[in-house]
Amino acid sequence: MQKQISFTQSLLLGFLGLGSFIGLWHGLAISGMISNVFLPSPVEVYDRFTTLLDRRFAGATLQGHLFASFQRFAYGFILAALVGIPLGLLMGWYQLLDEIVSPLFDALRFVAPIAWVPFAALWFGTGIGGPIMIIFAGAFPPCVINAYRGAKFVDPRLIEAANMLGTPSHRVIREVLLPSSVPSIISGLRVSAGLGWQSLVGAELIVASAGVGYMMVQGQANISTTTVMAGMVAIGLVGLALDSALRLAERIIQRRRGLEN
Amino acid sequence: MQRRVTIGLITILVVCVIWYAMTTGFGIIPSGRFPAPAETWSAFIHVSVRGYGGGDLSLHVYNSLRLVVLGFLFAVATGVPLGLLMGWSRKAEALINPIFLIIRPIPPLAWIPLAILWLGLGDAAKMMVIWFSAFVPSVINTYAGVRNIDRPVIEAAYMLGVPKMRFVGEVLIPGASPMIFTGLRLSLQASWTTLVAAELVGAFYGIGRVLNVAQQDLYPGMILVGMIAVAILGWGTTRLLGVAETYALRWNTAALAAKG
Repeated sequence: MQKQISFTQSLLLGFLGLGSFIGLWHGLAISGMISNVFLPSPVEVYDRFTTLLDRRFAGATLQGHLFASFQRFAYGFILAALVGIPLGLLMGWYQLLDEIVSPLFDALRFVAPIAWVPFAALWFGTGIGGPIMIIFAGAFPPCVINAYRGAKFVDPRLIEAANMLGTPSHRVIREVLLPSSVPSIISGLRVSAGLGWQSLVGAELIVASAGVGYMMVQGQANISTTTVMAGMVAIGLVGLALDSALRLAERIIQRRRGLEN
Repeated sequence: MQRRVTIGLITILVVCVIWYAMTTGFGIIPSGRFPAPAETWSAFIHVSVRGYGGGDLSLHVYNSLRLVVLGFLFAVATGVPLGLLMGWSRKAEALINPIFLIIRPIPPLAWIPLAILWLGLGDAAKMMVIWFSAFVPSVINTYAGVRNIDRPVIEAAYMLGVPKMRFVGEVLIPGASPMIFTGLRLSLQASWTTLVAAELVGAFYGIGRVLNVAQQDLYPGMILVGMIAVAILGWGTTRLLGVAETYALRWNTAALAAKG
């Protein structure tokens, strides 16, 4: 590795990198080499973003679409956590359950979450049910896997001590297994929030009548590149906020456990 | 191990029996919701013999597989060198990282409408989104891999005066390779997800196209055939990558021992 560089130097280089990226984009857009319809300048995207905030497009304002998206996301994500975490913990605890569920789980994991779209539409419609199922399909596996790992790799001495002291099985699960797998579970939640959010966007591009993805598809159909880009910015911002919130939770829990390095 | 395999096989058998019983046997699940085994089979025959959604199964599989492999290889060929550069040079890191920080939160699937606007419904748009989705994990993991190389190894190479080219080929790349392969696996998964999504949004051929037409035709048997095809292709390519990984890392006895 090369030597560390000073903070001001890295700040300077960072601004240089970002500046030349945005400058290049802006330059290409206003030079007229690429039609403005296809590559709007950053300023135009920003204008469109603020316009979308108070003018309706594809049936709602940007906040309205974001709210619809987020609502679906929250349902799907919470459902995945409520089913996935207990399943993972139980699989980590009862070997037989692990042996029964694992082959099915492994087979299903190779089906990309987005490939559930046709069945989701067929079973639950394109309103709120279908997208929720796709978010569930995206967010479920990391919940299970991390809860499973958390339960599987609990310090065996803790379980032995609990067993020696005659703790009944359900209390071992609640008071030893669950608390010691919390850090792993939280990391799993962060991964599944990311995948769930991504699946939501995919689902909305294909089947939905509201939400940011729907807004982008409408923008695409109307050849409004600014709308599509504004949608990408909004999706990125919400994704970033979600990730930061869960990262914070992860850090708080690690600190409380004294696991922080 | 023996016990695991036996129980696994029994489980899959039981699921198949339940599937048959629920659909054909007792008719609890109507065939409009989920296909019976026989319907799935006839859908499979339909698409492989007469063709469905613009071509037969081999054509769809060929198209999807070609796009994923090309997009993936292209992303790896660009992502791994960039990751090596960012891991190695602090200046390059400081320059490029902020751009990454603003692009990364945008999920790859969100690029699909833009790709269609720019490049239409053909192969180019799909290559663009696959490249985008596979590029980011390649870069990030390569970068992390370089940063995780043992400091003494690098210092020893320095002390012995290893020339630059040999340093990259014999220290940097091998040292980062376990993480690089982790990145490649993630990239491959992302490639499949993105391809299926892009084909569902709009395509002329491909497995996603089959799924899309089957959804519009309310043809559950064909939907299941499409999903099974996606799963088999995803599984097969992941296995292939695993074989490549074992071969490339055969010198790394510690990593192999950890894998079991």
